Amino acid sequence: MKGLVPIVAAMALLGAVPVATSSNVVLNFLVVALLIALVGQGWNLLGGYGGQYSFGHAAFFGTGAYVTAILQVRYGVNAWLGFAAGIAAGALVGAVIGALSFRSGLKGSYFALVTLAFAEVLRIVASVAPITGAGVGTLVKLDLRSEAFQFQSRAPYYWIALCLVGVSLMLVRAIEGSRFGAYLVAVRENEDAAQALGVNTTLVKLVAMTISAAIAATGGCFYVQYFLFVDAGIAYGPWISIEALLVPIVGGVGMVFGPLLGALVVKTLGELAKLVTGDAPGLDLVIYGCVLIAVVSVAPRGVAGVVLVLHRRIQALRIAPPPASERRDG
Amino acid sequence: MAEPLLRVEQVSKRFGGLLALDRVSFIAQPGRIVALIGPNGAGKTTLFSIIAGCLPASEGRIVYDGDPIDGERPYQLARRGIARTFQIAQPFAGLTVHENIAVGAHLSRPARREALAAAAAIAREVGLGDLLDRPAATLTVAGRKRLELARALATGPRLLLLDEVLAGLNPTEIHDMLPVIRAICSRGVTIVMIEHVMQAVMCLAEHVFVLSEGRVIAEGPPQAIVTDPLVVEAYLGRGAAHRMVAAGTGHA
Repeated sequence: MKGLVPIVAAMALLGAVPVATSSNVVLNFLVVALLIALVGQGWNLLGGYGGQYSFGHAAFFGTGAYVTAILQVRYGVNAWLGFAAGIAAGALVGAVIGALSFRSGLKGSYFALVTLAFAEVLRIVASVAPITGAGVGTLVKLDLRSEAFQFQSRAPYYWIALCLVGVSLMLVRAIEGSRFGAYLVAVRENEDAAQALGVNTTLVKLVAMTISAAIAATGGCFYVQYFLFVDAGIAYGPWISIEALLVPIVGGVGMVFGPLLGALVVKTLGELAKLVTGDAPGLDLVIYGCVLIAVVSVAPRGVAGVVLVLHRRIQALRIAPPPASERRDG
Repeated sequence: MAEPLLRVEQVSKRFGGLLALDRVSFIAQPGRIVALIGPNGAGKTTLFSIIAGCLPASEGRIVYDGDPIDGERPYQLARRGIARTFQIAQPFAGLTVHENIAVGAHLSRPARREALAAAAAIAREVGLGDLLDRPAATLTVAGRKRLELARALATGPRLLLLDEVLAGLNPTEIHDMLPVIRAICSRGVTIVMIEHVMQAVMCLAEHVFVLSEGRVIAEGPPQAIVTDPLVVEAYLGRGAAHRMVAAGTGHA
C-alpha cells in the first residue's frame, strides 16, 4: 500500500495542471510527454525489469495505432472499442515476436536487433499495404463527441493520458511486489541461476513482453485519437522505439517512476533545444544523443536513481549522526 | 535397503570425439550425504549438469524418486525438488542477499511477504542473517558460497546437488560451513556433493564415488576409499600406490 502513495500524489499533482492553466501549449506539451512516458513504461517493464533491451517497441505502438484507426475508418467500429482492440492487437504482436525470439534463445544485442528488424518490416509493409492507406496514411474523421473518443478541448485528452500513465504506474508497481516481478528481475540478473531455482525463464520473458507490448500499444491507440492521423513513419518508425528506451534510461531504468521522470526531462530538453537551435531540423536529436551519453556515463540509474541516493543520504542524516550513518544496515 | 532417491544408470556423455562420461552409475540414498570426488577433468561437473538438466546425456538414464527425469528442463527439476549450487557462484548481483534468497523461496510461496520471511529464516540458518540487506555483489567468496547454498535451500529441495561449495574458502570458513551442511542433511535433505576438500569429504560423506577419466573407478565409505590403490593412482599417477607402500615398508 505504501508504494501507492507516491503514485497517487504524482497523479494528483499532475491532474491539477489543467485547473491551473488552460494554455494549449502547456497541455499539448504534457500530453505528448505523458504519451511517451506510457510507451516508455512499457519498454521499462521488459527492458528495465526483465533486462531484455528491445529496439523495436514501434512494432507494438504502431500496431495499436493502426488497428484503432483502421477499425474506425474502414469498419466503422466505435473508437473506444477500436482503442481496446488496438491494445489487444499490440499485445498479440508482442507475444508472437516474443515467442519467436525467446524460444530461439535470442539475448542481448541479438534480441535488440531482431526487434528492430520486426519493427522495420512492419513499417515497410505498412507503407505499401492498401489497408493502412500505404504512403498516404490513415486519417480519422473529425467527430468531436466523447463517444467517438474526441474532445473539444485539450483537458480531457490530458486527463485520459494521465489516467493511462497512472494505471501503468500502478500495474508496474504491483508487478514489482509480486512473485512474477521477482522472477523477472532474477531473469535480468542471471538466467541460468533463475532456471536452477525453478523459474521458467522463457515463459516469464514472454509474459513480460506481452504486457510491455500492450502498454506500448495503448500509447499508439491514444496517439491516433489525439492526432487523428497515422502513417507508416509515425506508427512503425524508429523515432518511437528510441523514445521508448530513451525516457526510462534517462529517468531511471527498472524503476517505477523512471519513464515519467525521463519523459518530462527529455521533452523539456527537447523543447529547449528547439528554442535554441531554431529550425535546424535534427539538431534536437543530436542533443538527445548527448543527453543519453551523459546519463549513461554519469548517472546510470537515471534521474530517479539520483533522487533515490539523495533521499537515502538525507534519511541517513536524520536517523543517525553522519559518522554512524554507514553502519545503518548492519 | 530403501529405494534410492536418485539413481544414475549407465550415463555416458560425448563432446564430439571426447568421451567425458563413460557409463557412469551411482545412487544416492535418501537422507544421506554422498560425495563425488576425482581429479580435475574427471567429469564431475559434467555429471552434475546432466543430473540438473543443463546438459542432455548421450546415453543412459536418470531416475529420481522412481521417475525417469532425463530431458527435463532445469526449472522443471527444481519444481520436483532438485536444487543445485554452481561451482562458480552465480548470484543475482544487483539484488540484495534477502532478495536473492527470496527468488528461491518463491518456488513454493507465491506471496511476496511469505517468501521474504522464509528467505530471512534461511539466511539465518546458513549464517547470512546479518547481511540480509547487503547487495549480493559486495559479498566475499565465502559469503557468495553461503548465498548459493541459501538460495538452493530456499526452494525446499529433497535432493541438493552441491558443486564445490567449499572451494576457495580458508580453513576457518570451511570449519564454519561443515555444521551448516550437516544440519541440512539432518532435516532429511539428501545431498550429493562434489568436493576437493578431502577433510570435508571424510567428515561429512557416508559414501564416496570416485570418478576418473569419465568412469567410476571406486566406491565405498570414505575411510576405505582413501587407501584404495586405484584411487591413489588416479590422483598421483600409475605405480604411486605401489611406491608408497614400498616406501612405507622401507622405513619400517
